[in-house]
Amino acid sequence: MKGRTILRHLKEGCKNLVRNGWMTFASISAVTVMLFVVGAFLMIIMNVNHFATSLEQDVEVRVFIDIGAEQEEQDELLSDLEEIPGIDSIQFVSKDEGLDSLIASLGEEGDIFKSLKEENPLNDVFVVQAEEPQETENIAGDIETLPHVDSVEYGKDIFEKLFSVTDFVRLVGLILILGLMFTAMFLIANTIKLTIIARKREIQIMKLVGATNWFIRWPFFVEGLLLGTLGAVLPISILGYGYRRFYESVGTETGISFFQFLPQSPLVYQMALLLISIGALVGVWGSMMSIRKFLKV
Amino acid sequence: MITMNEVWKTYPNGVMAINGIDITIDKGEFVYVVGPSGAGKSTFIKMIYREEKPTRGDIIIDGKNLAKMKERHIPLLRRRIGVVFQDFKLLPNLSVYENVAFALEVIEESPSNIRKRVMDVLDIVHLKNKARFYPHELSGGEQQRVAIARAIVNNPSVLIADEPTGNLDPDTSWEIMHILDDINQRGTTVVMATHNKEIVNTIRKRVIAIEGGRIARDEMRGEYGYER
Repeated sequence: MKGRTILRHLKEGCKNLVRNGWMTFASISAVTVMLFVVGAFLMIIMNVNHFATSLEQDVEVRVFIDIGAEQEEQDELLSDLEEIPGIDSIQFVSKDEGLDSLIASLGEEGDIFKSLKEENPLNDVFVVQAEEPQETENIAGDIETLPHVDSVEYGKDIFEKLFSVTDFVRLVGLILILGLMFTAMFLIANTIKLTIIARKREIQIMKLVGATNWFIRWPFFVEGLLLGTLGAVLPISILGYGYRRFYESVGTETGISFFQFLPQSPLVYQMALLLISIGALVGVWGSMMSIRKFLKV
Repeated sequence: MITMNEVWKTYPNGVMAINGIDITIDKGEFVYVVGPSGAGKSTFIKMIYREEKPTRGDIIIDGKNLAKMKERHIPLLRRRIGVVFQDFKLLPNLSVYENVAFALEVIEESPSNIRKRVMDVLDIVHLKNKARFYPHELSGGEQQRVAIARAIVNNPSVLIADEPTGNLDPDTSWEIMHILDDINQRGTTVVMATHNKEIVNTIRKRVIAIEGGRIARDEMRGEYGYER
């Protein structure tokens, strides 16, 4: 394509935006509303995702060692554990440490257990963490078959519930975002279609004198791209500003240690980039869809 | 130049517009296409510039078979065929000059070529002095001349005119005919669908009559042959 032609397409695309003022306004508004909701959801989902991942990090396997196991046998078990693939970390907690933390966690009621210090009934424990939280169940199964293992515990129920909840939230968010994208796309396609009807004769003449389909499409491509990206401006500014203020006032303090909000710095920029891409995609897609019919002359 | 072999056209709604047409139009010919309304004239014309595709048969123009032509090669075909319509199809917000230049701009001609070609064809249709006018400032005949200028500006080998005088009064119609004849004298093949009995019977050319989707008559220096 010649430079002169590129310039013409850009000029035509912008001219069309101005010429169809109200239609342009309607399309941009549709994109703005859509991206606003999508953006809000995105930030919620990203935060939920963040919570879920930090919860998942906390899922660990407790490997109870046979009470009678000698030091060598413990070492043997440790080297066996190290050979299992997909394990992130292994931490040894002796039965004394275990009792101490039990007593501490129970507060005053824990005092009763102090008498047990002489005759500690607990097992020594290896705390194992998987690289991928989803692999925890398999790894626990593998560990159970090793020698010198009394039993294995990994909070199966909580663990499964957690995954079903986080998966559900992600799925709902994804469906919502896709649904909104399609709605906005059809809105854009329809508004552009209305403006194309006014330009039908122009397109028809272009076809008749031998313009290629892409020559006719480019200005509409530019127009759709501009509609989509302009529609992203307002949602990005409002959501970005809003999150910044929210984060400044609430900060990372949510009251629960592992429930922390994502810092604004990467989140807001990621959101902006995503919204601009979605806007551009929806705009271009919509305009390409609406012109298709008119190219068949 | 233009050859049709056993061409059939049935529209998706079941209308059988063309039912087996064989014809050859040589380079430099001037051909009238006549016939009652709804007999298939328009379909015949539209198939030549590939707005409609034949259901069956071959249409060969300049050695290229339109029936088998790929979608992306159609623009190149159209650049070698000029088309003029009954309703002119000018762009109202462009001047005479811009309307004609538009045909060259969209095929990415160089600006210097465009200027020269546009002034040349405006000279042929005697509108050089009205280059800056807008369509609504012109008479019907002048508008049709602009349309003709646009159709021939990229030097097509065929000019197709679909009832070019249909919207014009008799005097203006003659004016248009003289211009088309002039263009034909310069070597361009002209295929013109018309209902104008007087013109066909006065400026004698080859006449192809289409009735019921078939060629009913094909005569050199023929007559219109219908009452209206």
